Amino acid sequence: MANSIKMEVLKIATAGSVDDGKSTLIGRILYDTKSLTSDKLEAIERTSKQKGYDYLDFSLATDGLVAEREQGITIDVAHIYFSTAKKSYIIADTPGHVEYTRNMVTGASTSQAAIILIDARKGVIEQTNRHFFINNLLRIKEVVVAINKMDLVDFSEDRYNEIKDDFEKLMEKRDYADQKITFVPVSALKGDNVVNKSENTPWYKGETLLEHLEGLDLAAVSNVGTPRFPVQYVIRPKTEEHHDFRGFAGKVYGGELSVGDEVVALPSQTRSKIKDIYVYDKKYKTASRRSSVTITLEDEINLSRGDMLVKANDLPTIEKQFTATISWMDSKPLAAGNKYVVQHGVNKVLAKVDQVHHKIAPDYSGVDAEAQSLGMNDIAEVSFRLNKPIFYDKFKNHRTNGSFILIDTQSNNTVGAGFIS
Amino acid sequence: MEVKELEVPTEIGENTAHINALENEAIYILREVAAQFEKPVLLFSGGKDSITLVRLAQKAFWPAKIPFPLMHIDTGHNFPETIEFRDRLVKELGLELIVRNVQDSIDQGKVKEESGRYSSRNSLQTTTLLDAIEEFKFDACIGGARRDEEKARAKERIFSVRDDFGQWDERNQRPELFDMLNGQIELGQNVRVFPISNWTELDVWSYIKDEGIEIPSIYFAHKRKTFLRDGMIWSAEDGIVFRDEDEVVEERMVRFRTVGDMSCTAAVLSDAISIDKVVAEIRDSSISERGARIDDKRSEAAMEKRKQQGYF
Repeated sequence: MANSIKMEVLKIATAGSVDDGKSTLIGRILYDTKSLTSDKLEAIERTSKQKGYDYLDFSLATDGLVAEREQGITIDVAHIYFSTAKKSYIIADTPGHVEYTRNMVTGASTSQAAIILIDARKGVIEQTNRHFFINNLLRIKEVVVAINKMDLVDFSEDRYNEIKDDFEKLMEKRDYADQKITFVPVSALKGDNVVNKSENTPWYKGETLLEHLEGLDLAAVSNVGTPRFPVQYVIRPKTEEHHDFRGFAGKVYGGELSVGDEVVALPSQTRSKIKDIYVYDKKYKTASRRSSVTITLEDEINLSRGDMLVKANDLPTIEKQFTATISWMDSKPLAAGNKYVVQHGVNKVLAKVDQVHHKIAPDYSGVDAEAQSLGMNDIAEVSFRLNKPIFYDKFKNHRTNGSFILIDTQSNNTVGAGFIS
Repeated sequence: MEVKELEVPTEIGENTAHINALENEAIYILREVAAQFEKPVLLFSGGKDSITLVRLAQKAFWPAKIPFPLMHIDTGHNFPETIEFRDRLVKELGLELIVRNVQDSIDQGKVKEESGRYSSRNSLQTTTLLDAIEEFKFDACIGGARRDEEKARAKERIFSVRDDFGQWDERNQRPELFDMLNGQIELGQNVRVFPISNWTELDVWSYIKDEGIEIPSIYFAHKRKTFLRDGMIWSAEDGIVFRDEDEVVEERMVRFRTVGDMSCTAAVLSDAISIDKVVAEIRDSSISERGARIDDKRSEAAMEKRKQQGYF
């Protein structure tokens, strides 16, 4: 465990097929960074022994639910925490089955980096294409391709290069040039090049998986856009002391906002200036992206939840319709004419599906199928009409203001994720 | 989550950017609760996690008051220090506190008290909690659970929907994308909200230290009459924990890492008499926090089973 200053939180999504050893890799990272506490380690040793394994089954450190332990598979997104002297890490452990695209999209939606696992014996398979496709769709800037089970191919440099070449062919098909890809040959089971450098791969001159993550500059892996401030909650204390206080509470997305900035309130398009920025009872000059602040304005403007403050020279698109890439997550199909609630940040509007354009094959096969409706795990271009305008940016320009979720009006479930085109 | 330091630095300790990111996230979640629900409540145990939640809520809504009450499900087996602390905090901050007692559920014959060596009222809290949710028609209950506490908790959502029976269906959870929280529910359902999901035990302690938050005295090392069982140290004071005649009472320098029900919360040997020493101890510690909670050790799937039944 870390003894010195932790500066940052890095969230990492993981993707791998069944038996690629993803849970083992995470367990290995926890073990080698001494993040497993003695009672957890004891539990792993005890259970491994009971099962008659001749090695420690690190996957037991992460496979949380009873059903998973019984079937020996991961069925949902789990969050694992560990830290080093440099960073705090959150790993979203997402399953690799074909039918669980939704979990992968979910895990990746909050991550800045991703690890894609490849079994060195199997190489790049259809699943790998899908994992990479989703990391592209979600615009994950930093991708590490961990070529695992190197011990089972005699740590062969040729095999490693072969897989790397195959993956690089895949990279030509992506439409996200800023994405950085790093390859590492590892054995999660034996610990090669995960945290510690392996003696079995003298031909590999790069960093270990963890060394690479440690070296990442968080500011550089973030997708920065223009500042957007959706009003989350209006604070009106109505007390003697703060009689006229009217603060707009929310989170700043995409960029910074400062006192004195000229802002426009949407949808009213009223102009004002930022008077004060508060965090609790302290005033600040600047609110950086992702900070939760309370803003007061120079003028008395009527703003409520779902409205947005933006810089005067930097307006988003204000429209009652849009087209988006949808990742569908429900067993009840999405079809033209269906109505959903679009939750765009903290703003909710009613939406009607105008048209399902085509399904996108999430494996770069380039086969886009005509479709009338979407089933679970489908990805497609879909147009919507809204009952009132929202203030959005394209997803590729703004990861937060360009995304939304779809909510079923009957079940209230979150049934899809959208990326505005 | 990548928060840069605010331009004007506050008097923050060594954890700045990382704790700052977690604080920003928690404040965002608490504001979502206030905006999306009619009748939220903050479940308050008197423990460090719920005390941290109270501080975060103060920050989220300042200069307005915290727009929801606190509720304590009292097992009747709480450390007296915790109850004193609770009452003082509520008074100082001018908060509304609701208390519902497990003893009442027992008296009403709704639950049966366990007996014997490992008896505890911890799991009995569930019935009292569900009754209170129904009584007050709470639609959101804010809790201080963290994903790093236990394996089954690692899969918990930030907004976790419970059915009419308070049950958690782990296979049928809503996906949580980006930082968008879907709090839409049907009548009778409620949502458990976990604003500090992504905090670790060390994060909470670092925050308490940085913010100068006051916590109950039992978190600090003190002399206590105790006895040993199964390699763990139990309080022999107050007569709450069942003790066999042959289990020898001895005075030890101990502190508690959690302040749950006395009957299932073991102490650890410690000389950490100040917050700095506690933080240092947690850093170096190699036993996870719940390792000192006997209710999880009953079986590997203990926590998951209790959660399915509506436990927090």
